[in-house]
Amino acid sequence: MTEPEIYDTLTAIFRDVFLRDDLVLTPQFSAKDVDDWDSFKQIEIIVAVQEHYRVKFRTQEMDRLTNVGDLVMLIASKS
Amino acid sequence: MIELYWLPKVEQWRERLRRLGDAGDAAWDEAAALAASRLDVVQTNALDATLRRARVEPPASLPDKPVRLALLGSSTMAHLHPAIRVAGLRRRMRVDIYENDYGQYWQELSDPEAELHRFKPNAVLLALDAYHLAAGIGAASSAAEVETALHDTCERIRACWRLARAAFRCTVIHQLALPLHPPLLGSNEHRLPGSRSAFISRINAELRRMADAEEVAVLALDERMARDGLAAWHDPELWHRAKQEVTPSAAPIYGDLVMRLVAASLGRSYKALVLDLDNTLWGGVVGDDGVEGLVLGQGSPLGEAFAHFQDYARELSRRGVILAVVSKNDERNALEPFERHPEMVLKRGDIASFVANWNNKPANLRAVAEELNIGLDALVFVDDNPFERNLVRRELPMVAVPEISEDPAGFAQTLADAGYFEAVSITDEDRARSGQYQSNRQRDRLKASATDLDSYLRGLEMRLLWRPFDRAGLTRTVQLINKTNQFNLTTRRYTEADVLGVMEDDRAFGLQLRLIDRFGDNGIIAIVIGRLGDDRDLLIDTWLMSCRVLGRQVEPTTLNLVAAAAQKLGARRLVGQYVPTARNGMVRDHYPKLGFGAIDGDPGTTARYALDLAGFVPRDSFVDVRQEGADD
Repeated sequence: MTEPEIYDTLTAIFRDVFLRDDLVLTPQFSAKDVDDWDSFKQIEIIVAVQEHYRVKFRTQEMDRLTNVGDLVMLIASKS
Repeated sequence: MIELYWLPKVEQWRERLRRLGDAGDAAWDEAAALAASRLDVVQTNALDATLRRARVEPPASLPDKPVRLALLGSSTMAHLHPAIRVAGLRRRMRVDIYENDYGQYWQELSDPEAELHRFKPNAVLLALDAYHLAAGIGAASSAAEVETALHDTCERIRACWRLARAAFRCTVIHQLALPLHPPLLGSNEHRLPGSRSAFISRINAELRRMADAEEVAVLALDERMARDGLAAWHDPELWHRAKQEVTPSAAPIYGDLVMRLVAASLGRSYKALVLDLDNTLWGGVVGDDGVEGLVLGQGSPLGEAFAHFQDYARELSRRGVILAVVSKNDERNALEPFERHPEMVLKRGDIASFVANWNNKPANLRAVAEELNIGLDALVFVDDNPFERNLVRRELPMVAVPEISEDPAGFAQTLADAGYFEAVSITDEDRARSGQYQSNRQRDRLKASATDLDSYLRGLEMRLLWRPFDRAGLTRTVQLINKTNQFNLTTRRYTEADVLGVMEDDRAFGLQLRLIDRFGDNGIIAIVIGRLGDDRDLLIDTWLMSCRVLGRQVEPTTLNLVAAAAQKLGARRLVGQYVPTARNGMVRDHYPKLGFGAIDGDPGTTARYALDLAGFVPRDSFVDVRQEGADD
């Protein structure tokens, strides 16, 4: 799948997780850009992504995530 | 991931969710409808967050007081709150949740000044994870140390239950631990005293026993894990990262399991199973296909699947669930299979309310609720037709209507997974409603206790029910004729047309035999075809039997029936034949054992035997013989 497709999917997931239809994801988008992006939300996003793409992230991979761009790269590397 | 697969998929999810905040008085009902859909964890959390933001409150008419649930755990449970609240919403129950500060369950229970006591829960769930429970032991522990740890741990938990009960006088639920520890030995893990894995198994077993005495309900996560696999319930990565014993993916099912127990303790489980008929209890449409054309029971995998589902329904009824029927049919047609289809597991007497007419199903479900004098919200309705399911959901949202696949093989498991009839105990009243369940296990136990074969056979209270060939049994007859290889004297294969030919021939008879004993119905187990030949010889064209009923005196009893049928045709003697095949050696001496004399041939090729009917004395047996369908 292409990067734009991954961004589309992630945008839908983020909008559901944060209940904000105005969210627009960029590679630099990170926890400081949304008020209630806490560790629970972080896990919820990861779980949703793993279920959607039927992949499993390693502990090291999750530790290295700093922004949406990292997540997109990680998804692309798994599929 | 474990889905709530019995709930319908949600339609227009985002639009409906976004509109919830503006729905006013209708918001709670709309939210309950969304909660009754197949939501994943993100959708579950989104629904919960939307309701809390919009401050959607239940209507004042809600029958139950809000549930005030205290979660007392040793690990993180905050990620599970939304799913528990949504599972409450699914049952039209409002749920408020309190969770103890991390790890402080014991302190908060013991301290009357703690926030927990100000919360005043009316239900308490104690959830202690495997790492917490097994913290004090290890592979180096001695057997004595492990016994002490087991005793102390269980007593500490018992003390928690009693503290909660004394302080709040409410329902107490104990969540059994998921078995998280990797084993050290393997299959024989229980032989290592200090094994943490074995320790958790033992604690779960001990807590079950203790919970019975303390009237605590258990939430059997260990059994769920055995069904779904550990990976569906627990993610080690998330355990290390966030101390989540239950992975967020499993939150929707977890929430539902919790609220089933809470609802059951409040008497809010469903009470009645309402069943459609055509293509739900049997294959085919009785009004079109007739009783003979139905697919049901032995003879086809599909027929067996329907019979299996009927058996599950009957089992539910025997533990107290009320059964009802709602069917679009002429009543006479709808009743006919119950009265005369030989493979029906459910009988008319099992059905407390039987509604068959051409009214719409919501109207008929109201009639059932009225007749049974229970609420519509106590009904579960099973129908293979998606149109009817959706109509009922729309008109009667309080009725539970599971999505069922088109394959009846899965119906029973779907009902079980949906947990509608969750019960924390069985009352005497439940038992009084149910009949005596009879099982193979009991049959075997009797066999073990019997001192000799005769008393065993006598104790079986066997009844051999015979009928001439008929259309209702045609499929099974043809199937038995064509698949029986071992107990089969001649191994002649017949088509349906051949069997119909026997039915029409007034110089022949075909018998189908059903064996029933005190433990149940074995189904049609034997077939005999006889033809009157020259010299008033009755030729036994076919004699076959299912090997499942060997050694139960069915053979001599069948001989008595054959002799009687032959005499009725005016026969002078019986002539039997043994045609050897690669697989029917077991009946090589069938006729000599029954007292027939050899006429000609030999068992290596084909042998014929005869029995004179003039001096025939019926053989003794413990099997009671009747014509099926004739008055008892």
